[in-house]
Amino acid sequence: MFQLDKDNPTLRLIVRYMVLTLIALIFVTPILFMMMSSLKPDQQLLADTSSIRAFLPIGDISFDNYKAAFERAPIGMFMLNSLLVTGVTVVLGLLVCSMAGFSFVFLNWRGKSIAFSIILATLIVPFETIAIPMLLMVSKLPWLGLDGFSWGWLNSYRVQIIPFIADGLTIFLFAQYFKDLPKELIEASRIEGCSWWQVYWRVVMPLSGPIIATAAILKFLAMYNQYLWPIMVTQQEQYRPVLVGLQYFFQLNTAWGEVMAYLTIITVPVLAFYLALQRAFIASIASTGVKG
Amino acid sequence: MKKNSILTRHNTTGWLFASPGFGLMLLFIVIPFILAIAFSLTNQRLMSPNAAEFVGLENYTNMLDVGILVVDPEIDASGNILVDKNGDNKYPRLRKFTRNNPDYPNVQGMKEWFSFSWGEQKVAIMASDLVFMKALVNTLTFVAFVAPIQGALALILALLINQPLRGIQIFRSIYFMPVVVSIVVVSLLWRFIYDGQNGLLNSVLNTLTFGHFKAVDWLGNQDTALGSIMAMSIWQAVGFHMIIWLSGLQTISPTLYEAAKIEGASPWQTFRYVTWPGLRNTAVLVVIVITMQAFSLFAQIDVMTSGGPLDSTQTIVYQAVERGYGKQDISGGSAMSVVLFLLVLSISLLQRYLTREKN
Repeated sequence: MFQLDKDNPTLRLIVRYMVLTLIALIFVTPILFMMMSSLKPDQQLLADTSSIRAFLPIGDISFDNYKAAFERAPIGMFMLNSLLVTGVTVVLGLLVCSMAGFSFVFLNWRGKSIAFSIILATLIVPFETIAIPMLLMVSKLPWLGLDGFSWGWLNSYRVQIIPFIADGLTIFLFAQYFKDLPKELIEASRIEGCSWWQVYWRVVMPLSGPIIATAAILKFLAMYNQYLWPIMVTQQEQYRPVLVGLQYFFQLNTAWGEVMAYLTIITVPVLAFYLALQRAFIASIASTGVKG
Repeated sequence: MKKNSILTRHNTTGWLFASPGFGLMLLFIVIPFILAIAFSLTNQRLMSPNAAEFVGLENYTNMLDVGILVVDPEIDASGNILVDKNGDNKYPRLRKFTRNNPDYPNVQGMKEWFSFSWGEQKVAIMASDLVFMKALVNTLTFVAFVAPIQGALALILALLINQPLRGIQIFRSIYFMPVVVSIVVVSLLWRFIYDGQNGLLNSVLNTLTFGHFKAVDWLGNQDTALGSIMAMSIWQAVGFHMIIWLSGLQTISPTLYEAAKIEGASPWQTFRYVTWPGLRNTAVLVVIVITMQAFSLFAQIDVMTSGGPLDSTQTIVYQAVERGYGKQDISGGSAMSVVLFLLVLSISLLQRYLTREKN
């Protein structure tokens, strides 16, 4: 068959597109199934699995599952928690990590190379290996808040935010990017009397759009998809992020329509964000390839 | 001289800029890492009125100890070997040896991991923490399958996506899509796809075979559970590594391909002698990254199987969390974390070794 194709460019092209499309179906259909099922009553959802109808919005279509899901669990609150924790961590993380990257590239200080080696070494420590001791540690850390001094960080926003602000990959990505900026620019601004903070904030950061986008996307994905840590530190519902809130729907005899509705609610913001910024997303993943 | 060093050194500014990030990393990565090692040598618990005590390597031996027990078959009064209904030799129950038997201190408290026959005798491999042993084996199995398969599939996708076709970016975006969906969402969605009664996969297979396919409870069967989780994990993450391969592919100079074309190389020859040599470092990176992610397998297990059926999907991280958080046994969970770290570290050292000539 392939022998035949060789002589016919049009046929070859058609075969190529067919292969690409078939593979695309493997990736799309589960997600499409999730979204379509969220619009159907359970009975129809189950009946539809045996035909192509599973992937089409036909039959008894409504938003009832969404209504029921919102009644079953405080989804709005979970969503706000997720956005708050993710948003604050990303913003503070970009600030803190870019400052560290700036310091490593443009400033000379004692202990710099040791500090940078430590940061590189943390890249091979998966979070999973430090989660358990960190659980004990954060349960004993002090905190000075609006309501005074207290011990223990469990069940709070800070326990989900502060440990994840700084990370080795983000610092490393910023440092890599800063290295390629023209050194003369920094020197010129220093000679003109800029303070180091001004060099960082007025000169370097405005030139760093691409790497800020990359770092923000990677950090956003990592934070929004956090699961292991929040299940351990948020026994109280009030602080739970949206993925942990899913546990409401874990029990047997699941109402699948509602589950699919909840899954769709969680996924749509990220998916929309991704579809709007595809190029930036893919570029940010590609940039982690320089890690080795 | 002194003036010069003032001009080039910025100790205070340098520290001020670096300290928020570096300090947080010391506090929340370096210290917990040191604590993991320290706790694993004690009997630290999450909440306990008593101070923790140093116990040496006890947590590790409790977790990793294995023993071999050779059992003679049971014989009747006349010295004949007793056999059961199937004609197999009958052996005494292993409990006799593991429970307070002073003749067998080496298997005290252990449970049977697996056994095989050796002539008339039965050889039983005993483990003191049977569930952890299974978790260790499952994790290694998961890594051994997922790393090469996911790496290879990602490369095939990258090669497909690298074709100069109109609209190819659309396919690239679609293949990448599951990566941005949370693994927790994916796991719950696939729990329905894998469902034994109403699941989408069974229905699809049933339709495709015109009703000849017998429904399988994919996650409820010990033979298929881990494999099903592997397939789903690959589906979710393969797009990520496709992009890394793709960026590697794009560093290969087009002139090399032109040269190959002029020489009349077949597609396979072009891949073998042009593409693959240019991808060596990418290959190492991809395999290492997948391996590190695969070792950390947790969310899929927590959402889909809770380690079951019959511990066939237990993993190291799932066990560490069950110990450290579920049972509040920080020291036991820490010891498991350290074992995990040592596995990851050995992979990283392997990476260093494989890419050594470049540095």
